[in-house]
Amino acid sequence: MTFHQDATRAPSRRRALQLVGAAALAAVLAPRMSLATEAQVADEMKKLFGGKSMGEGKIKLDLPEIAENGLVVPINIDVESPMTDSDFVKSVHVFADGNPLPQVVTYQFTPQSGKAAASTRMRLAQTQNVIAVAEMSNGALYSAKAQVKVTIGGCGG
Amino acid sequence: MAIKSTPRVRVPAQAKAGEIIEIKTLISHDMESGQRKDSSGKTVPRDIIHTFQAAFNGKPFFTAEWFPSISANPYQSFFYKAKESGELTFTWTDDHGAEQKATAKLTVA
Repeated sequence: MTFHQDATRAPSRRRALQLVGAAALAAVLAPRMSLATEAQVADEMKKLFGGKSMGEGKIKLDLPEIAENGLVVPINIDVESPMTDSDFVKSVHVFADGNPLPQVVTYQFTPQSGKAAASTRMRLAQTQNVIAVAEMSNGALYSAKAQVKVTIGGCGG
Repeated sequence: MAIKSTPRVRVPAQAKAGEIIEIKTLISHDMESGQRKDSSGKTVPRDIIHTFQAAFNGKPFFTAEWFPSISANPYQSFFYKAKESGELTFTWTDDHGAEQKATAKLTVA
């Protein structure tokens, strides 16, 4: 090993250690992650629905009261509708107000769906509210909200 | 590029005309949220399946837009009102534009 090689390596190692130190410090100082808030969900809804008023009812939002594992939380949505060509559920938007991103899923239904219902599994970072908004073919909006208590957060895995 | 995993789809083989059938689908995918950090503290880039679509004889009737909040190995169940015999096509599309398709025959008695 020549002197020259040694001289060039030493500063780079020091630099690397500094970077690691800085990253560790940043990790300690910064909150673990930025989470969405109710305000963000409200913003997102305003963007999508333009602040239109929402009715209650029509949506059956099936969620566990307590989720032991936030990584896999089952969600089942069922919107009451005849699902005919003139009267059907166009879309359903699902939001979670305590996740890093407020959106969870958006469904587009058609009269051929027969039933405006769907189930999937989602991640919840912490105890929070899950909100579903259904848009009918005539433009009417309905919303439903349920709280899920999360024991182990499903935050990014 | 393609999504490597083979999706699993459950469709009733037979249905009566006008019957509303339930379709269940499952595909293996990490659904990397873009929020997670690896052991060196670097953020793992987002890589998810963002769209799932179901079509009957080429005509889409159900679409799900998934966000990073959807769990790994995404499961999706939904419904279809059977009218005639035909073929159901299911398509998953990920962030790289890669697709995975599955088909199922539906016989209406």
